[in-house]
This record gives sequence, structure tokens and C-alpha cells, in this order.
Amino acid sequence: MKFDFDNERPIYIQLVEQLRIGILTSTFSIGDKIPSVRDLAMLAKVNPNTMQKALAELEEEKLIYTERTNGKFVTKDVKLINKIRDNLAKEKAKEFFSSMKKIGMDENETIDYLQDLIKK
Amino acid sequence: MELLECIHLSKEFDNKKVLKDINIKIPRGKIVGLLGKNGMGKTTIIKLINDLLTPTSGEVLINGKRPSVESKKIISYLPERTYLDKGMTVKETFKFFEEFYDNFDSKKAYELLKKLDLDKDMKLTKMSKGMQEKVQLILVMSRKADLYILDEPLGGVDPATRDYILDTILSNFNEGASVIISTHLIADIERILDEVIFIDKGKIVLTGSADDVRKREKTSIDEVFRRMFKC
Repeated sequence: MKFDFDNERPIYIQLVEQLRIGILTSTFSIGDKIPSVRDLAMLAKVNPNTMQKALAELEEEKLIYTERTNGKFVTKDVKLINKIRDNLAKEKAKEFFSSMKKIGMDENETIDYLQDLIKK
Repeated sequence: MELLECIHLSKEFDNKKVLKDINIKIPRGKIVGLLGKNGMGKTTIIKLINDLLTPTSGEVLINGKRPSVESKKIISYLPERTYLDKGMTVKETFKFFEEFYDNFDSKKAYELLKKLDLDKDMKLTKMSKGMQEKVQLILVMSRKADLYILDEPLGGVDPATRDYILDTILSNFNEGASVIISTHLIADIERILDEVIFIDKGKIVLTGSADDVRKREKTSIDEVFRRMFKC
């Protein structure tokens, strides 16, 4: 998994976003053990405290859980993963429609355009 | 008890106040950026912590005690200018540190050196500035210390060296220890910082968690700094 940050926004928020996508795209598969805080921090080249904070946030979302002595694991709750994917998809779709609107295409025109594009 | 505390710390040179009422608390397990332009007092604070200067008023406490021979054992300090004899080879500097500090782990130093593809029999004078910086960082980070203080560790190094330095800092500080990095090159380093301390004209003008500052100001630490200290 490759991480990429800008310095404009809190690093832990960017970590949460990228780890979440890592789970949605099965870089970290359902039920898998995830690397230790330290190893993940090294991988992302960030401070372990920042990584800890990001993982705590994902744990709050229940996307990961801690097994007392074994470490942290990706949730086995497929419904939850799908729900989170759905939320993200909604967000991305809205962004897309709004950027199409800026170049003068309303939602229906955009949908037609997309369908044409796929056919080609 | 805090690992490091500066309480109402002030320093004058020839009646010129260079530090005014500095208050800092640093717990264990943090990487702290001491950020300010050149000549604003960063190195003076660091020298006071290292017992190389005496405060005019106020005090420095390390694990609750004034700086002493004991505190020097638990602080690993990378000064802005080297005190090493550059006629020494890398191997000789390792030997020197081993004799000088009980907590120097030469095995670890050689491991770090191996990654660098650097000849241990090479004299420091024969090396580029970047190489010398790396060797010094290896020396400092190979001590098992409670507090690492790095004064301008990125001065004049290329981006690849900078990445090596940041990686080495990240992978070698343990949970019980803290790191203070003084620098004016903020963009290069802000990603690894927990806390930031802005210092200007001998005073602390901003402190806080790096991510909190980003969240509040909606921009990078570097940008906040530039706006604050516009020339």
C-alpha cells in the first residue's frame, strides 16, 4: 500500500481516508490482521502517534477491531464495508456531477453522456 | 513527571535578552518541532537544555531535575556544528562514542551504516556534507537515550538525504523517548511532527499539536509559519 499526503490537511485524517480505501479495495481484506502501528507508520513515513490516532478513528467506525493480545484486524462485517463504500460513492458522484455542472452539463445530460461514453 | 520542562526560562547576553520567559513541557513519546527563523533563540534553548549555557532566570528540568552529568546521559544531542575530529574515520567515531557513552549501541550504528553503503574506513574529511550529516545522525540515534535533540539536522542536504534522515529519526525513536528537532525548513519535516513550537525574537508565539494547527488554520504548518513571519 502506498500513501500520499499533502501538508494542508491534518495527516491523521488523510491516513484515515487512505486506510479506509485500503479496506474497501481489499488491500487489507476482510478479517485480516493489519500490521502493527509502528510498521504501518514506517510504511507511511509518518509519526507512530499520528498512525495510532488514525487507527483509533477507524476503530471508532468499527472498520477495524482489536483482539486483546493479537493486534488489530479488519472487520468481518461485509454490510458495514458496503455501507461505507456506498457513502463514499455518493460523495464522489456528487463531486463529479458538480464539476460537470461547472462546464455546463446538467445531471441528465451528464448521465446520457456517460452512457454514450461507455458504448464507445 | 514531564521528560522536559522549561519554566520561565530567560537568557541574556551582555544585557541583551535573547530568550524571554520560555515555558515548554515535553512528555515522552513525542516528536516536537522547534521552529523559527535563524537567530530567534532556537539554539540558545537547546544549549540551555544541554547545560552548555546557564539561564539568566528560570529553569530547565529533565525528569524533574536540573541539567547535570546525569541528564547528559539520557540526552542525545546533535549540535548544529560538529565537534567531531574530521580526521577520524567512521569506525573511529563509532569507537569514540562507544567509549564516551554507555548507552551507545555500536551494533545498531553498524546496521544503520550498512544501509548507507558507506566505507567505515573513510575519513569524515573525504565525505560530502550530506554524508557527514548522515554519519552524525547515526551516532546520535544509536544512543539509547530518553531525549534526542537535533539542531538543524537538515541544513544544506539534498532531498534524498533528507528522506534518509527523516526515516532514521522515525524508525529509531522508541515510545519512551522524545525527539526535539529545531529547524527553519518546515515543509521538509512537518509530516513527522506531533507538536510544534514557534519561536520568534526569543519568545514562544505558538504551540500545539501539528494536526490541530492544520485543522484550525486550514493549511500547512509551513504556510502558517510563512504568514506569521512575513519579511
